[in-house]
Amino acid sequence: MSGARQPIAGWASVSPALLWTLVFFALPFVAMAAASLFPKGGDGLSLANYTQFFANPSYWRALTNSLEVTLVVALISILLAYPFAWILAFVVPERWQRLALMLAVLPFWTSYVVRSYSWLLVLAEKGIVNDTLLSLGLLAEPLQLANSRTGTVIGFVHFFVMLLTLTIFANLKQLSPNYRKAAADLGAGPVQAFLHVILPLTLPGIMVGAFLTFVLAIGDYITPQILGGNNELLMPQLIMMQIGRRGDFASASALSIILMLVVSVAYLLCARWLKIERA
Amino acid sequence: MARAISILYALAIYGFIFLPVAVLVLFSFQGTLFPIPPFNGPSLRWYQAVLNDARLTDGLVNSIFVAVLSSALATLLGFLSAWGFARFTLPASALLRGFLTLPLTVSYLIIGMGLLIFFNWLGLPKSLAAAGIGHVVINLPLCFAIIYSQMGEHQANIERAARDLGAREWQVLTLVTAPMLWPALFAGFFLSMTFSWDEFVIAFLLTRFETTLPVEIWNLLRAGLNPKTNAVGALVFGISILLAIVFELVAFRKRPQ
Repeated sequence: MSGARQPIAGWASVSPALLWTLVFFALPFVAMAAASLFPKGGDGLSLANYTQFFANPSYWRALTNSLEVTLVVALISILLAYPFAWILAFVVPERWQRLALMLAVLPFWTSYVVRSYSWLLVLAEKGIVNDTLLSLGLLAEPLQLANSRTGTVIGFVHFFVMLLTLTIFANLKQLSPNYRKAAADLGAGPVQAFLHVILPLTLPGIMVGAFLTFVLAIGDYITPQILGGNNELLMPQLIMMQIGRRGDFASASALSIILMLVVSVAYLLCARWLKIERA
Repeated sequence: MARAISILYALAIYGFIFLPVAVLVLFSFQGTLFPIPPFNGPSLRWYQAVLNDARLTDGLVNSIFVAVLSSALATLLGFLSAWGFARFTLPASALLRGFLTLPLTVSYLIIGMGLLIFFNWLGLPKSLAAAGIGHVVINLPLCFAIIYSQMGEHQANIERAARDLGAREWQVLTLVTAPMLWPALFAGFFLSMTFSWDEFVIAFLLTRFETTLPVEIWNLLRAGLNPKTNAVGALVFGISILLAIVFELVAFRKRPQ
């Protein structure tokens, strides 16, 4: 008897996971959405938490800060990672490639909090970078690297260069060398072959990496809080501040939902490149 | 020439990638009070301080506890659901699979916020268990996707053979399917372990007195730059590298066919 004719066993095996996701993911989300509609200290149902977002410039600013930082990070990371992935895929000999990739991933085995902290050691006013540049006489005053947007961007780029290298490398390795040969046979120079053949074919790898960068960076609290400080707030910092300092769950919920909508829009824009397929 | 530039570029990127970890580890051996130049050492005083700090060692134990249990549950649920979706024709299958992987697209902060409000509303206190539940939520889609992607038709044939030979459904699952899929199960479990082990924001929102190591490290950061933080960070790094080597040896070793 084939399994396809026993749907009860099928339901029995998929339902625990579906129930778990329903109870601990979907319902909390509904609870959060409901909470966002009852502002703290207000009298009942109101959209005040959402209108406040558009009315209060500092809230709006947190979203634009987040978008700016995320886009800059994605762009810098792609520009740094692409040549690196290329070198790993085509310059490094085949048998060393695995080792080279493992080496590139190695530092990311520290805990995330620790990694941000270690960038603080590097970027602090008396940290390695300023110490070196000052003692070489290249600077008169220490640079403000930590506690600024620069710090946040460097911390993010560090992680996402590694991530994008992996996605682009995987994509480059899947390309048949015949594409480059065919382009060359048809008279394309190396630059033309890259721009018109290789780059479009590696767009999926870039897009997967860029989407991951966007989703992970825009929702991250640790890096901006440790390296960016409180001079300018990103969305997750604003959300945590609503909970921590003000105990305002309703406002934090509304901001979380706005953040989620922004991510959903990004997902829809990239959806055609992001598919989970069964082998 | 192009080759030389390539090599220099790769070395520069490696330098960038390794810089913070190198600084972290170096100054964990600092002999004086601040982990900034000049380096005075090497000294083990900060490692001593970490091992004598009950909050950090408790956090370590809690982290391992939460990581192992939540990953085991995520792998189990992921395996069962992957098998169900791969082997049975269920109505709205694509939609339900989409629903299962939905948490992957939502940031941890929002998942944590939702659970915080939900548990608050149910009157459940903050606890390690609450954080563990959150970790299953984030890791289940991952385990499902990994295991589902490895369920091929050749395994279905072997399962059919087992059924023809009289095996019950649960026997097929535990004695045939699970052993055939063990690399995927192991990969799912192991990835979940590393994500749970490293996860901060959910644990930060959902635990209070007893908490995990990343949250304890976060609490240390309030004291500013401190070689003790370097030492605990270097220890976490060491443990993680060991785990990675184990993973590498077990999961990617060439198996005789």
